[in-house]
Amino acid sequence: MKQELTNAIDVQNAVKRYGDFTALKKISLSIKDNEFFTLLGPSGCGKTTLLRMIAGFEDVTEGDILLYGEPIADLPPNKRPINTVFQNYALFPHMTILENVAFGVEMRGASKSDAQTRAGKMLELVQLSQFSARKPSQLSGGQQQRVALARALAPQPKLLLLDEPLSALDLKLRKAMQIELKHLQRETGITFIFVTHDQEEALTMSDRIAVMSAGELQQLGEARDIYERPRNMFVADFIGETNLLEVSVDAIADGRATCHLGGGHELTCNAVDGIGVGAKVHMSLRPERLFISDRPTDAEGLKGTVRENIFVGTDISTIVDLAEGLDFIVRTSNSDRGNRRIFEPGNEVFVNMEHGAARLLVD
Amino acid sequence: MAAGAASGGSATTDTYKEARNWLLLPSWLVLGIFVLMPVLMMLVYSFLTKEFRGGVIWEFSTDAYDQFFFDRGLFGDEPPKIEWTYITIFWRSIWQAGAATLLSLLIGFPTAYFIATRPEKTRAIWVFLITIPYWVNLLIRTVSMKFMLRDNGPVNDFLLGIGIINDPITIVNTNFAVQLGLFYSYLPFMVLPIYASVERYNFNLSEAAADLYASKMTTLRRILLPAVKPGVVAGCILVFVPSLGSFLAPDLLGGAKNFMIGSLIEEQFKGNAGNWPFGAAASMVLLSMVLIILMIFARQQAKAGKEAS
Repeated sequence: MKQELTNAIDVQNAVKRYGDFTALKKISLSIKDNEFFTLLGPSGCGKTTLLRMIAGFEDVTEGDILLYGEPIADLPPNKRPINTVFQNYALFPHMTILENVAFGVEMRGASKSDAQTRAGKMLELVQLSQFSARKPSQLSGGQQQRVALARALAPQPKLLLLDEPLSALDLKLRKAMQIELKHLQRETGITFIFVTHDQEEALTMSDRIAVMSAGELQQLGEARDIYERPRNMFVADFIGETNLLEVSVDAIADGRATCHLGGGHELTCNAVDGIGVGAKVHMSLRPERLFISDRPTDAEGLKGTVRENIFVGTDISTIVDLAEGLDFIVRTSNSDRGNRRIFEPGNEVFVNMEHGAARLLVD
Repeated sequence: MAAGAASGGSATTDTYKEARNWLLLPSWLVLGIFVLMPVLMMLVYSFLTKEFRGGVIWEFSTDAYDQFFFDRGLFGDEPPKIEWTYITIFWRSIWQAGAATLLSLLIGFPTAYFIATRPEKTRAIWVFLITIPYWVNLLIRTVSMKFMLRDNGPVNDFLLGIGIINDPITIVNTNFAVQLGLFYSYLPFMVLPIYASVERYNFNLSEAAADLYASKMTTLRRILLPAVKPGVVAGCILVFVPSLGSFLAPDLLGGAKNFMIGSLIEEQFKGNAGNWPFGAAASMVLLSMVLIILMIFARQQAKAGKEAS
């Protein structure tokens, strides 16, 4: 039986070892056709190694990689219909912008003039036509970035790999490029694999995200899913800001777990497979799903004292002490200020949570 | 100084300029004594009259240049014809130096590339190994080269031993022996500048080329070579120029038939048979040739630089 839809990439039990060091421990994942897929993780987690294995710069110690069903692990990089946008752009310094973008097209067998026509069109797409006769060193970082993008897209690869391409840009430019990248991906219909350590960037751009740490896949899913239902402690901590609390599970009934945290406080939340009564685990509470009131709103209100308010532009973060060594960060959007009171340090308050905000984590 | 600083910016600038001039003095002295003076002396000597037992008579004469370029018969009374003897020697020198440079490039480039791609810790050891033979005096190295290459030397023994040849091949006293000698004399001057530029080369560019479907050969030709070109040009100049004026290798390995310009000049200053003005004139011709070649290189580099900016 043939599959209805072939995946763009199937990584099957891929292992990468350098001598004694294992950089990737049996990774398996599939990336769908026309997907904006992100490999997210801290530096050294193996995300770049995996990307370089797909590109062909690193050989696969064990396992296999399929590109639209065809095994590619034994092909050298110049035989793979895959292009890469490098972190430092790697533009050819002695060639003009046009020659840079035309290079890959020419190498694929097009005549020089055809390649340059195609390169001209790509430069139009990234709005750099007026720079085509310049050398890379005469362009700003953001412009070089777009040239690298045009160069990688010009030969019409089946797959585009992006290795932290925005990390060298300043915040404003990065935001603009995020939108432009997303736009280009839709326009060209090419599958993108994006590598970043910036969780916000990953959440903004991706259809799906693979969170990696220590050479292992921690969680794979849609952005929202990963943010709201982190599977383990690493994912919860790495993605977004969260309150991580040590809790012990006292009772489980009707799919709800009753947990107690320090200082005599108690909370109930959805039970999770693999966490039984008596388990000492962590709980994640997203600060924006908490709110403060001066009297309890329901049974879950936890009593505490406001320690500090921190203004962070769009939001205000309030730190509330609940007990010795136990504090919560509560985030209030500035647009909500009309509805929600900001309490001063020293005020006695109750911290309340939206339904489903608390989540138990496997360590 | 304190007053100068108090009275404003211009005085400070003057003090600064004065200090700068004094600090530049050593460089001017070195350039003057070791570059300008010898060249000027040579220029002056080339226009003097020769003393028969070496040395010069302080009388203006263009005889040396005349002798270099024109043949006026045995007694100097025939109409001038072009004198081919020295021009031939000159031409042979350029050819020999060029061949030695090419040989150095063919061996030196892969060597430099090899060293530059070793792990950072071991690179210094490789560079060190390259330079070890050069702690031995050039004369001794060239003589030992002659012993290596002669008919019953180790090179011929080896070739006979593995059966590639049946009779010893004559290497000594050929053009090829001179090229080998020059190549061996100046190889590090090729390896080191190329090594320096390959080491600075961003190997990411090679990855990018491979990513964009370029084969290894295409990557070498279109990406690596243009990037390390300054090192290659520097290496070629550093091998070509001293090879051109060299006399040890041609004397010891080339024999009388393979005379080079360096030997010709050397002869003029050796013992009592020499002709100082003629030697000086030949040196000036050699110097002008080298300068012209360097200027062509420099102009090309400048053109390439202008295109880049």
